[in-house]
Amino acid sequence: MSESMPVTLNINGRDYTIAVEARRTLADAIREDCGQTGTHIGCEHGICGACTVIVDGEPVRSCLMFAVQADGKKIRTVEGLADGDKLHPMQQAFMDNHGLQCGFCTPGFLMLAVGVLERERDISDEDLMDVLASNLCRCTGYQNIVKAVRAAAKEMRSG
Amino acid sequence: MSTHGTKGTGMTWVGRAIRRVEDPALIKGQGRFTGDLSAVHWVRFVRSPVASGKLSKVTAPDGTTVITAADLTGVKKITPMLHKFNYKPIGQPVLAENVVRFVGEPVAAVVAGSEESAEDIADQVELTINETAAVADARAALKAGAPLVHAEVPANVILEGKFKSPDFDATWSSAAKILRIEARSRRQNATPIEPRGGHAVYDPATGRVTLTCATQMPHLTRTAICDIIGFPESNLRVIAPDVGGGFGQKMSLPGEYVVLVWLARRLRSSVAWTEDRRENLIAGYHSRDQYITLEGAFDKDARLLALKADIVSNIGAYSCFPTTCGVEPLMAMAEMPGPYDVQQYQCLARGVITNTCTMAPYRGVSRPVITFTLERLMDKAARAFALDPVDIRRRNLIDKFPYKSAMGLEYDEATYKETLEMAVKAINLPAFRKRQKEDRAQGRYLGIGFATFSERTGYGSPAFAARGMEITPGWETVIVSVDPSGFVEVRIGSSPHGQGLRTTLAQIVADEIGITPDMIKVIHGDTDRAPYGWGTFASRSLVISGGATLIAARKVRTKLIKMASHLLEAAPDDIVLADGVAKVAGTDKTIAIAKLAREAYTQTHRFNGEIEPGLTETGHYDPPGTFSNACHTAIVDVDVDTGHVKVEKFLVAEDAGRIINPMIADGQVHGGIAQGIGNALLEEIIYDENGGILTATLADYLPPSAHEIPTIELHHIETPSQNSITRAKGLGEGGAIGAPAAVINAINDALSPFGVEIDEMPATPQRIRAALRNAEKAA
Repeated sequence: MSESMPVTLNINGRDYTIAVEARRTLADAIREDCGQTGTHIGCEHGICGACTVIVDGEPVRSCLMFAVQADGKKIRTVEGLADGDKLHPMQQAFMDNHGLQCGFCTPGFLMLAVGVLERERDISDEDLMDVLASNLCRCTGYQNIVKAVRAAAKEMRSG
Repeated sequence: MSTHGTKGTGMTWVGRAIRRVEDPALIKGQGRFTGDLSAVHWVRFVRSPVASGKLSKVTAPDGTTVITAADLTGVKKITPMLHKFNYKPIGQPVLAENVVRFVGEPVAAVVAGSEESAEDIADQVELTINETAAVADARAALKAGAPLVHAEVPANVILEGKFKSPDFDATWSSAAKILRIEARSRRQNATPIEPRGGHAVYDPATGRVTLTCATQMPHLTRTAICDIIGFPESNLRVIAPDVGGGFGQKMSLPGEYVVLVWLARRLRSSVAWTEDRRENLIAGYHSRDQYITLEGAFDKDARLLALKADIVSNIGAYSCFPTTCGVEPLMAMAEMPGPYDVQQYQCLARGVITNTCTMAPYRGVSRPVITFTLERLMDKAARAFALDPVDIRRRNLIDKFPYKSAMGLEYDEATYKETLEMAVKAINLPAFRKRQKEDRAQGRYLGIGFATFSERTGYGSPAFAARGMEITPGWETVIVSVDPSGFVEVRIGSSPHGQGLRTTLAQIVADEIGITPDMIKVIHGDTDRAPYGWGTFASRSLVISGGATLIAARKVRTKLIKMASHLLEAAPDDIVLADGVAKVAGTDKTIAIAKLAREAYTQTHRFNGEIEPGLTETGHYDPPGTFSNACHTAIVDVDVDTGHVKVEKFLVAEDAGRIINPMIADGQVHGGIAQGIGNALLEEIIYDENGGILTATLADYLPPSAHEIPTIELHHIETPSQNSITRAKGLGEGGAIGAPAAVINAINDALSPFGVEIDEMPATPQRIRAALRNAEKAA
């Protein structure tokens, strides 16, 4: 046990000032201290990627980052993807292409794909596959996730 | 991609790839999973670090709350029961009493104000255990003098199934050739991305506890926990909220959930536990750890006359509830002959206890293993008779229906031969053989593998009763209720967790009562809201809950027609329900279905006492079971220098009867195949000989990523099932059943120039290289 320290996380444009122990992961802070439970935790050792969020423009596994490391940084989670009632093209593509079944890994895949495509609009298909291979899904066999991300990439490039 | 249809097209909703109603919440991060709930108290389980030993003392730090078996007075053991097959009932204490039997067995429950402090305290709890000899491997456990895992189970054999056809011996001795395979399937973990977890809260006003947990079977969880703790079921509500995948792992009762309910009642508060990945990998149930020796007797024309099987299934340290540890060995025994016409069969199937994590169902249960074994045997036979693998299957697949298997299973109409031919044509076998030959000359080793199989789905209580299960699941109940606003609730006992049942059942109801699926809500996963049912597992929900839904919806339809006939003064036969209205055929006389619904509650006097008030009907369905089938085909590229296997192409020709939603059906097949490819190449839970577990992270236990799964090409035949009133067959497990066999056969085809045979899963690079090295040495 250690002392709590104050941290401000800017999540989807809103500041959350919280007190956390140094060992608190960003994933736990987002879910438990800030109440944003759309980000999921699947392994807590950086393999499955269910907890992926975007920190200052980069997709990050939030189970491998401490909340104190994210102090003052801009964090985007699945709750901030849609613009009001208008879904992000990536969300729409996952629905249109049946890119999810149980939905547990989905927020991580959405944030991973959005983060990478925003950073690298014209990423090659091969590189995109490399990126998508960094998260695990146990339901879809990846077929429709890949299809959805390709469809959304096209949409994001034209948009 | 299909989109939502428009009203009034005259088309049916069934058969269309409409988008899922489950998705909008899930893609916005608005899903509600067990771990999203917060609690006053958090639990961390202290688990045994050793595989076998006498537990004498649990020492907790001063001032902490640590619950052990001694605290749980009156709490019974989990004791599943089979009344056949010489089954030895064994009980599993929810917390270990004075013996520990596997690494990861829960011994104590730490209760604290946060997850972190519970973990901190758990690290300081000392277990005094006098370690004793352990046995982890099933064949080792069968040897004379092996340590006994349970004193009351002699020779560690907890169950023994035997079968022999009357003419077996005579047929066996008449065979032209007998071929044999020693197959080994290593152990797996289903690995849902959401691990298990539970949250129990006590309501002081009513004395009730609500347990929210990641389960596939909420009602049976309620029944079991109330039996074990000893209180009325009306005082326990079980909720399965959004559940992040199950694949069978979440259909067995974890002792941890019993402890949570006990604690909520004791503390009169809320208490939660979220399993971490390590706990899931070491204690969240395992599967598929089997040795099968299979021999086939063939006549001179390569027709399979008889099969002889010796099945040894490592069931771990305890028997899982409710299926019991019979689930793997008995399914292997009953379904070993697969899709082939073979009337003479002899089998010995044993369940063997070891000091390892308990076995429980995982997608396909034994069928990925028996299909792999049988399909390897067929390929060996093809080689022995100098036939093509396709040819030997053509000669032996069942083609007359109904077909009764040697053990008496009735196979309904299917398309074993047709799907084989469809796959062979689609993959273009001659072109592949040409490419394979050319590539071999360049030192590149490609292989093709086929797997034909049957998938028994949607079976009701008689099928489960054949196993002698004390808890005999099977039927389902569905209540369809049209409320006074004209909207519909469909309350079901199944408990989907990714299968899209809220969408497909709405499609079925929409067609029956002439409204759109968006007016229909399917309610599940809450014992306060849904009728008693068995949950979602065994490729059953669309067939059985779908059938019960159809029965209930037809009753609602009949009542709506009767009401409309009364109000529109027309004969019932002339009333048509479509596009939200009841209409007298050939006229413009209509009444809105929503209006009829309102009248059923608020204007009952208008019907002269001829209808009962309200608009709620119940359907029950308990079908005999129906067989789906498929042919899986894999093309692999084996790097003989490294042993690495790349699956280049995967093609499926399958028949799952009438398809309710093609998009969802394809998704089920994709997911199963990915798990099957993982089974064939990557996934392996490894124990050392002392029962220490070596694969406790996802860096050691390897579910496939997008890189390992090729594009999957699907082809369909739809043979409407006569054993299912929706005509649909189940298809949840087929992908996982066929894929391992297809991939392993393809690897063997690729390695055929080296005289190497791989009959073990997963076929890891190490195993492939070892086989190649051995072949080099022998040469």
